[in-house]
Amino acid sequence: MIEFRIDSTSGVSPYRQLVHQVRQALLLGLVREGDQLPTVKEVVAKVAINPNTVLKAYRELEFEGLAEGRPGVGTFVTRSLADSSFAAHAALRKDLRGWLTRARRAGLDDDSIAALFESTFRSGLSEGVA
Amino acid sequence: MTAVIEASAVGKRYGRTWALRDSTLTIPAGRVVGLVGSNGAGKSTLLNLAVGLLRPTEGQITVLGGRPGSDARQLGKVGFLAQDVPLYGGLTVRDHLRLGAKLNPKWDAAGAQGRIARVGLDPSQMAAGLSGGQRAQLALALAIGKCPELLILDEPVASLDPLARRAFLADLMDLAADGLSVVLSSHLLADVERVCDHLIVLAGGRVRLAGDVDVLLATHKVLMGARRDPDRLPAGQTVIEHSHTDRQSTFLVHTTQPVLDPSWTVSGVGLEDLVLAYMATQTAGAHPADPTLRSVG
Repeated sequence: MIEFRIDSTSGVSPYRQLVHQVRQALLLGLVREGDQLPTVKEVVAKVAINPNTVLKAYRELEFEGLAEGRPGVGTFVTRSLADSSFAAHAALRKDLRGWLTRARRAGLDDDSIAALFESTFRSGLSEGVA
Repeated sequence: MTAVIEASAVGKRYGRTWALRDSTLTIPAGRVVGLVGSNGAGKSTLLNLAVGLLRPTEGQITVLGGRPGSDARQLGKVGFLAQDVPLYGGLTVRDHLRLGAKLNPKWDAAGAQGRIARVGLDPSQMAAGLSGGQRAQLALALAIGKCPELLILDEPVASLDPLARRAFLADLMDLAADGLSVVLSSHLLADVERVCDHLIVLAGGRVRLAGDVDVLLATHKVLMGARRDPDRLPAGQTVIEHSHTDRQSTFLVHTTQPVLDPSWTVSGVGLEDLVLAYMATQTAGAHPADPTLRSVG
């Protein structure tokens, strides 16, 4: 069963950390379809966080189709992530690699590349492109 | 939605000094509420008003539908852990439980004994010889033993070492998971972020910010970009805090709308920064009257 950790210094909200840790465990194959997630009481007694935070994280996982709550029993993993996404996005990944190579050749360092991506992504959002 | 605490324009004056002024609040049931503010901001005063140890000088406060401390029934519904964790030094742990059973109309003897055993307290130990963590655990056992609907704690973990603090909070969250409403004051913002889902910021004896943490974080944004005058922000963006260099401006704004202006670098705000910004509004005098900041969610 997955064991949660909360890093109070990360600046990431506890709820995001829980969701992220389940997703990460799924990607790494540490948690599989059918596995039960710890109950709310188990999580709060272990890591001392607000019970509603755990509920909210589990609802988010349910919404994403990764988990399912069974009333009176608990929350269970309904889907595995270990082999899906990476393969499916190979083409996009290849394009991005090519773009990164061109950006480096143009003399951009890592921070400039990140800034360029960020600002393009943002202006794309506001123009309704992305 | 039922409110556990409802305050309307509550104020408390000691002599000529107002400790709390014009405070209006609605705290929904089933929350773990964090009450934060500088020393002297009015936290203990507000909590003491809620348990009935103080009477308001002006305004009204209702707790679980009744007047605080009005009768035995009302007292039984609210558990309170005062800042100084008052215990009887010359009495044993067992004596304290016996006292709890005698003084409360409702008393969960098995639950209280189980809690004492679980945290490893020796029933025959004198309270005077307990460590800070053990004192807090005994006081919590007494406050919980009376089966309250609302538990109020005034800086419960201030005197505890990190290990005892974590254990105490885990215990508290276990109770919250069973539906107990909790209001706690604390200076430890990291703890507040972990355990609280509703926040109240007091500064200078006034409520500066109150609401569900999710909503508060979603409706505050940090804007960074080329230098700009605060007056030139759109009407829907209320400036909470701003700082400027020659070329750059940074704003913390309250807004319910997405920030679309692409010239800003927009980021979310962490709970700690949000709290600190509102605590600082004491001197600036900003915001107490902004209705959008009251009881969000």
